[in-house]
Amino acid sequence: MSLRRPAKNQPESFEFSTSSLEAANKIVEKYPEGKQQSAVMALLYIAQKQNDNWIPLAAMKCIAQFLKMPYIKVYEVATFYTMYNLSPVGKHFIQICTTTPCMIRGASKLVEACKEKISENECELSNNKNCSWMEVECLGACVNAPMMQINDDYYEDLDKEKTLKILEKILNGETPKPGSYRGRKNNEPENNRKTLMDFKNA
Amino acid sequence: MLNDKDRIFKNLYNDMGSDVTSSQKRGDWVNTKEITSKGRDWIINEIKDSQLRGRGGAGFPTGLKWSFAPKEVGSRPHYLVINADESEPGTCKDRDILRFEPHKLIEGCLIASYAVQAHVCYIYIRGEYFVDGQKLQAAIDEAYEKKLLGKNAAGTGWDLDIYIHYGAGAYICGEETALLESIEGKKGQPRLKPPFPALIGLYGCPTIINNVETIAVVPTILRRGGKWFASLGREKNTGTKIFCISGNVNTPCNVEEEMNIPLKKLIEVHGGGVIGGWDNLQAVIPGGSSMPLIPKAKCETLTMDFDSLMAEKSGLGTAGIVVINKDQDIIKCMARIARFYKHESCGQCTPCREGSGWMWRMLERMVKGDATKDEVDMLGDVTNQIAGHTICAFGEGSSWPVQGLLRHFKKEIEERNNLDPIVQKKNNIPYLVDQHLLDKKNA
Repeated sequence: MSLRRPAKNQPESFEFSTSSLEAANKIVEKYPEGKQQSAVMALLYIAQKQNDNWIPLAAMKCIAQFLKMPYIKVYEVATFYTMYNLSPVGKHFIQICTTTPCMIRGASKLVEACKEKISENECELSNNKNCSWMEVECLGACVNAPMMQINDDYYEDLDKEKTLKILEKILNGETPKPGSYRGRKNNEPENNRKTLMDFKNA
Repeated sequence: MLNDKDRIFKNLYNDMGSDVTSSQKRGDWVNTKEITSKGRDWIINEIKDSQLRGRGGAGFPTGLKWSFAPKEVGSRPHYLVINADESEPGTCKDRDILRFEPHKLIEGCLIASYAVQAHVCYIYIRGEYFVDGQKLQAAIDEAYEKKLLGKNAAGTGWDLDIYIHYGAGAYICGEETALLESIEGKKGQPRLKPPFPALIGLYGCPTIINNVETIAVVPTILRRGGKWFASLGREKNTGTKIFCISGNVNTPCNVEEEMNIPLKKLIEVHGGGVIGGWDNLQAVIPGGSSMPLIPKAKCETLTMDFDSLMAEKSGLGTAGIVVINKDQDIIKCMARIARFYKHESCGQCTPCREGSGWMWRMLERMVKGDATKDEVDMLGDVTNQIAGHTICAFGEGSSWPVQGLLRHFKKEIEERNNLDPIVQKKNNIPYLVDQHLLDKKNA
């Protein structure tokens, strides 16, 4: 199990913004009547997005009220799933996959790059307070290893130099292009494609 | 090698675009109405004839699973749930279907929903695949626009709504009952079976849960016939499969191939060979991290299907092949997998919650050579205490890779870890020596 604790410094209150509220209402409609509790995961995402990538306890209380469910159930969900950040992670949250398939292709170099550019320890905000990094378990892009995720986007086929360049851009407030950084097309075997050639050349 | 015309996922590398129009050119949505007009029994029988087995890891016959759904809809509605919570290390096939072949999946959902009489389908996508999920959502929106979903979907007379539900980074939600808990807005902790979801599933209603790849191949099977699908591969291991080749190969990739293809051929042809040559191969994990590894000697002749891998005490799982060459420390690789399972255990059953961490800590000591002699046996013992003593298959999933390591690389572990707890220091002295004198001499 992973141990997750809420941050010590918590804001007093949390309110959904109008656009968040609209999105939340849309999501509740997806589920049958009386089963609005199903929307809790999506609502936690909305709260996280609204609140600079992390969920304060006040937001959990707000969601509990919105969905008419006990606060502790929302707390349970928020602490169980690892993608809900319970403390500030910065505007740019960098996650590096270090599970075996990435590890054997050199994910540790990516970790080194993060240590150099962002912060010495994981889950620690950078000097300008808008960036942090973390080692995570398999992100499901194993044939593009090693890779990292920055907010929603995947950056694939990396090495240390490329990672440093991407991080530099992130720190300067730019958004680098996601996808493969060796210029290959999605998940095809690089320069070794032997299948579906007619479609490739079509 | 499989003929291109027999490949189901023609847009696996996104050469042609994933919108409705280009999907229709590839044959999707062409005669959906004709298929459903042949009736539920015909569909289920055709899938049974094709001998399609679930692509999510367990390999359960799909036709049989569908036939478990109640024949008549009672007071409770039926649900279809698609498992796109692909989190098994080494596996990344469903992601490509979600982003490049969404219409195969959506059409499959419609046909499967019709077969099991569901009007609502939930697709559970792992939270990390948010961008890919957005692409699927765009495809769903397009399908609604073209009247391929919603009321009287694609002219079949069947009403179907598809909703996406995002997970949030829990591997365990790939387990079907944990996935249902998660959709219900709870912690993803697996339920006891029975009752099976086919009778009591989502919101207590009959629910059929299938993997993305399983559902996405259904329309093609029904178009070309169950016999065609069954003619590929071998008996009970039929059809095609997307293999993910990752790790120490020259060209890691996803590729659709026939079942029962030799592993060596997959690695040499599509994977571009092992880095450092075939002789540099150390071991292969054949089906995602929870399947026991296979040493090089056996990789020469191994064929990739459910039953032949089972005979090697491993499994096809999700067909995520991780190639490990001799430059890697095999114990470290497995210790990292043990850490993965320690992190992902849901904490419900004690043997798994405590045991997964125990295995990881022991393996970490073994990597450094700090483990004592008897710990090697103790590790084996712990794996046996976990496997089979938990609510879900996570217990097996976490202990099998360690058992595989012990089965094939015990010598390596023992060579590195011959620390004797009595003698303390690594001296090649038999057990019963005068400890007092020994300490003095070394002091």
